[in-house]
Amino acid sequence: MRDLWEAFTGFLRTFGALQLFLLRLIVESPRVLMRPRLVTQQIFNAGALSLVLIMVCGFFVGAVIGLQGHSNLARFGSEDILGLFSALSLMKELGPVITALLFAGRAGTALASEIGLMRTTDQLSAMEMMAIDPVIRVATPRFLGGAISMPLLTAIFTSVGILGSWVVGVPLLGVDAGAFWSQMQAGVGTADVWEGILKSIVFGLAASLIAVWEGYNAIPTAEGVGRATTRTVVITAVVILVFDFMITAMAISLG
Amino acid sequence: MNADHIVEIEDLHYARGTRPIFSGLNLNIRRGEVTAIMGPSGTGKTTLLRLITGQLVPDRGRIRVDGEWLAGLRRDGLYALRRKIGMLFQNGALLTDLSVYENVAFPLREHYELPERLIRHIVLTKLHAVGLRGAAEMLPTELSGGMARRVALARAMATDPRILIYDEPFVGLDPISMGVIVRLVRRMNDALGISSIVVSHDVQEINTVADSSYLISEGKVAASGSPDELSNAPSELVRQFMHGMADGPVPFHFPAPDYTSQLIGNGEGDDDA
Repeated sequence: MRDLWEAFTGFLRTFGALQLFLLRLIVESPRVLMRPRLVTQQIFNAGALSLVLIMVCGFFVGAVIGLQGHSNLARFGSEDILGLFSALSLMKELGPVITALLFAGRAGTALASEIGLMRTTDQLSAMEMMAIDPVIRVATPRFLGGAISMPLLTAIFTSVGILGSWVVGVPLLGVDAGAFWSQMQAGVGTADVWEGILKSIVFGLAASLIAVWEGYNAIPTAEGVGRATTRTVVITAVVILVFDFMITAMAISLG
Repeated sequence: MNADHIVEIEDLHYARGTRPIFSGLNLNIRRGEVTAIMGPSGTGKTTLLRLITGQLVPDRGRIRVDGEWLAGLRRDGLYALRRKIGMLFQNGALLTDLSVYENVAFPLREHYELPERLIRHIVLTKLHAVGLRGAAEMLPTELSGGMARRVALARAMATDPRILIYDEPFVGLDPISMGVIVRLVRRMNDALGISSIVVSHDVQEINTVADSSYLISEGKVAASGSPDELSNAPSELVRQFMHGMADGPVPFHFPAPDYTSQLIGNGEGDDDA
């Protein structure tokens, strides 16, 4: 019983510290944005280097939706709405969620282990000793880089996904090209687009925060950095899926 | 306050968990000198450095650095104070994603808006002082341990600090690199008119360079004075440490249960019994 209580208070303490950390990242953001080179470099690391992965995965996810969508819609004779079906599922669900999960695996782990190793090798202490705040110089640019990259990556994933679904649906399975695009154009509303954008922004903030936090607070040993990297992926995945449900529920109740 | 002292420590208490590291430590470091802080491994020498630089906060007692009490400082004040301190970490702690040149330029770029020509001038001067101007374009991973420490020294000097702190600068170096570092410690101190604090347990090396030494044991200053005074001190502990004797007041054996009974198998901590 006492262990349970301690685990609970420990969780609350960590959660509180995480919120304070987020607050500091946000407070320091304007100052870091004044030195755009710090941020653009991190956008390159987190975003540009994930680009190929995101595009390949996006294409195949889209292609699978094309296949599944076609074979299931064909049972009701409504394969004409394949374009609409793919666009909605990619834009509102699969795009943001899968991009975030891939982002956690590719960029999140890189962030966590990089910062964790900087901690292990005293680089963060050395910065503090040079009167340079590592939260400003190391954590905030990486947080911003990740948070800015995510919506862009999501947009690319979704676009390539729709392309993948078109490749399977139109040239290969013979869905009418005009119906594919016009149904999509007619059926997708602004609210659908906004839901996807909102998700990608929230997921980007969450995934970057978790990665930077785990790295920054890693136990300074080889094992500690390894554990921080693992935790980054696991916690991000859970948080993303929970947030996804909450945002979807919110969007439906509002719409 | 004594103007001769750049660091004053009064009645310092600090515990890690329940284990006390310092209990009533008093220590002064004189301006313009090389002061050695020695002690057996595990006496908290590095902890002491972290307390002096405000990375850790003492449980009790006060620390004054260059006339300012650490306890009264907020983050801004602490950072302002740290600009006067250069610190050399045990492994150099160079930023691994930057070249040697950029490592030395790093504090300059972060703190001041200097034209590139001036930065270049300062960086090359500092690198020249440690003999590594030729390694400017190398990456930290390409350097030997001794070279990395010299680069770190150049970086620590880049902003012209008043105090240079060395954490175990001699550990794991070959005799030549060791000689180089020993000479650099002395030369930097005298040429730049700064004060140096060297934490070390390499008695021979430190004696050739230090003006005065403190020997710390069991949370207190066990002895202090010039290297000669320490070598001839009457205390058993000081003699054991200075002359490297395996057994003495610091026992060879870590505290353990009774040897015979543990071997026979009815001692505590015997998991298979």
